Amino acid sequence: MASTAAPTAESGPAPFRIRGTLTITRAASIQREIDGEPDPLVIDLSGVERMDTVGAWLVYRAVRDRSAKVVGASPQAESLLEQVREFDKPVQVHPEERANFARVIAELGQWMVEVGRTLIGLLGFFGATLVAFGHLAARPRKFRWNAVVQRFDVVGVRALGIIGLMSFLIGVVIGQQGAVQLQQFGAEIYTINLIGRITVRELGTLMTAIMVAGRSGSAFAAQLGTMKITEEIDAMRTIGVSPIEALVIPRMIAAVVMMPLLAFWAMLMALLGGGIFVWLDLGIPPLTYIQRLQEVVPLTDLWIGLIKAPVFGFIIALAGCFQGMLVESNSEEVGLRTTTAVVQSIFLVIVLDAVFAVFFSSVGWI
Amino acid sequence: MSERRPIISVRGLTNRFGDAVIHENLDLDVNRGEILGVVGGSGTGKSVLMRSIIGLQTPAEGHIEVLGENMVGRSEDEAKNIRRRWGILFQNGALFSTLTVAENVEVPIREYFPYIRPPLLDEIASYKIAMGGLPADAGPKYPAELSGGMVKRAGLARALALDPELLFLDEPTAGLDPISAAAFDDLILGLQKRLDLTVFLITHDLDTLYAICDRVAVIADRKVIAVGTIPELLALDHPWIQEYFNGPRGRAAADTAKEHAEA
Repeated sequence: MASTAAPTAESGPAPFRIRGTLTITRAASIQREIDGEPDPLVIDLSGVERMDTVGAWLVYRAVRDRSAKVVGASPQAESLLEQVREFDKPVQVHPEERANFARVIAELGQWMVEVGRTLIGLLGFFGATLVAFGHLAARPRKFRWNAVVQRFDVVGVRALGIIGLMSFLIGVVIGQQGAVQLQQFGAEIYTINLIGRITVRELGTLMTAIMVAGRSGSAFAAQLGTMKITEEIDAMRTIGVSPIEALVIPRMIAAVVMMPLLAFWAMLMALLGGGIFVWLDLGIPPLTYIQRLQEVVPLTDLWIGLIKAPVFGFIIALAGCFQGMLVESNSEEVGLRTTTAVVQSIFLVIVLDAVFAVFFSSVGWI
Repeated sequence: MSERRPIISVRGLTNRFGDAVIHENLDLDVNRGEILGVVGGSGTGKSVLMRSIIGLQTPAEGHIEVLGENMVGRSEDEAKNIRRRWGILFQNGALFSTLTVAENVEVPIREYFPYIRPPLLDEIASYKIAMGGLPADAGPKYPAELSGGMVKRAGLARALALDPELLFLDEPTAGLDPISAAAFDDLILGLQKRLDLTVFLITHDLDTLYAICDRVAVIADRKVIAVGTIPELLALDHPWIQEYFNGPRGRAAADTAKEHAEA
């Protein structure tokens, strides 16, 4: 087995004898044994068959800290010990830690600075996109139609399936919940009012915005963030291509143009889902459903829904691209920024939705 | 294990990506205790060969043995024992970006030796960081804060964390300044002698080839076309080998190596 303290003929303390392998596999136990030996310590390495740097480190440490003597080392072991000595430099392993209180204050301060910087940065980014828009308006030939059309496909066409399905189910849920409540008053016919007004005026656009934020806003942030890390954006700048014109503007246009179209599609699908539900559950035939919708849903509801949609699209693209461009260092940041982009855009969308709701009601579009 | 047996043995290796054939019937042996340089033009599959050997790329055909164990088609659990015995430095360092340099170095040690106590772990990490040639304040830094050369050094420190028998280096000196590159060569050579390392080294650096490689394997035409010491390779009249070693850069490196030997 490993190590035994065997008495020798020499005077003084019995050497601590290590046998077999002196490697990382036995590092923990050998360290314990060395620590358990009394001073003055003599380490006998003559029985060691294989030693690695960790083993050498343990022996060297005993020599350095406890002035232990080493005997019986093979030339290879000597050379390893020599190498370990050479690289024994004070290296900082952990970051310096501050006291808890100071740290909390510092983090709070950093957070405030961060929030301030983000706001200023967002404003600056907004300005930069406006400038780029102006640039492109003056020279429309530089406009990247291909990129825009590609974004239309990714943001709009490919989202039709999931947004359609989601809206259809929401229509069914509104119909079902409304019917259950309104039946108690014998007023189930008003389920149609509920479905029509809430989907066209509010939910069609809002749910679409949330879905687009999750689908495309996050993708914008992750794409641009990755491009920042791989220095693609720097490469673009050095070639003379403005990353705002080439990357941000097409995404913004796509989001702004696609949002109303998707929102309209979402409204139709929700109305379809609600219609099928009231037909099957309440026995209201589709023709009656459509007629009733025409009577109870004013055209202003549709305008409200469609006016909000491009604004939401703009917010989503702005937050996504802005967060993506903020990525600086590593892949973890891409994830963080992507999350922030989605949270920020959904939050802003809901805040704006509330503002719109109050605004449109007060201008008489009730 | 017998000393005679090669530490890495590749037989009949074929790698394909779709229709593109990277390797076809490639054979290669790496002997215990040697530094084998692997050279070849860009896109000849040097890195793919390394990835095949370390099991990141499943070959279409062929037999690969590392440290006496078959590497093709084995389970993750079985491969663990071998993974402990090698260290790998990837081309771009491949440091874990969410961990500090010290934590990066500690990852393999924690994985295989979880019972080593934190104080000793920190000492080992700090020793490996110094050995990799990093400055004293590098431990708590994150990879994003390091320069390219420092990332390489940190990657090497991590590759050496478990005192491997076998070290894979993918272009270790690419992107380093000549002084750092020479120091890196010395470091590898010193470690190889002291720890009885076997090194599989992919490089474009002719100075490195002359300075530290025992043998050089040349990959071209989807095969290893020649393996040998540089004088042996120079005796062959393959056009690529001649151009590689006898081009202006090759001759400059040879002169430097000669001066070094005379001095």
